[in-house]
Amino acid sequence: MLLRTPLYESHLAAGAKMVDFSGWEMPIHYGSQIEEHHAVRRDAGMFDVSHMCALDLVGPDARGYLRRLLANDVAKLTMPGKALYSCMLDETGGVIDDLIVYFFTPERYRIVVNAGTTDKDIDWMRACLGGVSGGFNATLMVRRRGNDDAVTMIALQGPDAHERRRTGVDAVAMIAVQGPRARERFWTAFPDSRAATATLENFQAAEFTSAQGDWLVARTGYTGEDGFEVTVPAEAAADVWATLLAAGVKPCGLGARDTLRLEAGMNLYGQDMDESVTPFEVGLKWTVDLKDPAREFIGKSALATRQARNLFAGLLLLDRGGLRAHQKVITPQGEGETTSGSFSPSLNQSIALARLPLGVALGSEVEVVIRDKRLKAGVVKPTFVRNGKSLI
Amino acid sequence: MNTPTNLKYAASHEWARLEADGTVTVGITDHAQEALGDIVFLELPAVGRVVKAGEECAVVESVKAASDIYAPVSGEVVDANQAAADAPESVNADAYAAWLFRIKPAAADQCATELGGLLGAEAYAATL
Repeated sequence: MLLRTPLYESHLAAGAKMVDFSGWEMPIHYGSQIEEHHAVRRDAGMFDVSHMCALDLVGPDARGYLRRLLANDVAKLTMPGKALYSCMLDETGGVIDDLIVYFFTPERYRIVVNAGTTDKDIDWMRACLGGVSGGFNATLMVRRRGNDDAVTMIALQGPDAHERRRTGVDAVAMIAVQGPRARERFWTAFPDSRAATATLENFQAAEFTSAQGDWLVARTGYTGEDGFEVTVPAEAAADVWATLLAAGVKPCGLGARDTLRLEAGMNLYGQDMDESVTPFEVGLKWTVDLKDPAREFIGKSALATRQARNLFAGLLLLDRGGLRAHQKVITPQGEGETTSGSFSPSLNQSIALARLPLGVALGSEVEVVIRDKRLKAGVVKPTFVRNGKSLI
Repeated sequence: MNTPTNLKYAASHEWARLEADGTVTVGITDHAQEALGDIVFLELPAVGRVVKAGEECAVVESVKAASDIYAPVSGEVVDANQAAADAPESVNADAYAAWLFRIKPAAADQCATELGGLLGAEAYAATL
């Protein structure tokens, strides 16, 4: 039985084609993936991302715990609402997951992890809460629910764990509203939210209480466009979705989400990266914070000795054809492999993310084996489109 | 699902229509276009190519997948729909109007046998 988000009925009402995504019954498109893609590049679209798992971390050791758990350093978060993108590594430096963490106080954070990795992440986080030196005094609470309408409560640890298990916490739904007109349409839909969200910078969030409960609005996303990711009580999700729809925000499925993130050069966990690679091998060196020599995050010592084995690059197909994941790439320096590939609706040609042998130069030409043919592709920086503009 | 009764269908989701001049027009079914999603690229066979029934002779590529198209009958490709290749989304809009290619059968009796081996609308719909 597939899990359903609080917006399941809203998707059916909007004509969604539903598919199994990591055990969740999610919309792949509502008619045309390409039209949804263009809506986000040119106007505003919305995605149900409630299958991703929101977790609350509270307790006196929350900050210290995250400084050990994550490769990026939450110590740089000082303004309430500020967010950080980070990898969570294992002891070998391999990527367990990528996530966003929001800072509220040094004793309270929100973490959002991928749907397909949630169980694995929570097991890891729970194990790390126990830790080496007697553990961290912090509690991790799951804010997502599945079919059974019960708030999932796992990974409880800390002095008030029993209390929280008894009282529970409320489940949330998350809607990503993305596109050049996303914020404007969001404010049309929810004029009262404007005061709290108008001055948000990128990777900054605001908490406020509306008539529909507690909201978290963050200027984040996974499309390469401006916009908000909005977290609301699960019970309010369908109303919020309907209000955004009435304000002209187009429902968009996971198909468009994939082509948008690929054009933006953003990795998809499980496809472009996993435990077998370090952040250095998938273009995420900028997310590994080594500034504080005293900070011993998990995976740090391995990263110091583990050499990058490949170049992470973008490919732009110069012939007609389709780039897909796991195609062989032939270069003068040896063979490589695509990890994600698709037709790019914005560029009207095929693009891919690829792992290439070290030494392959940006701007050079390589060949991709597509259905037994060798087609020419250009090696480019793995960011193809940002804010509606081609970077190629 | 739209499956016109005047067409014959292959289990691999092509449709075939015997024309008055004896040629056979080939396309993909409404079910196929729906399953593929937005179609972005058609690779059509060269006119003059001789194909056998069951032979790969075209590729329909959507945003999410590439799909081989097989010749439903044996013969020579006498026409390819350049208008559809120029506007691949026309296959999504109407898979039965946006045909892909036309085959002139090598022999009428062999063609009749090959067409006879395809599915009728009801039988095809039952496979979906």
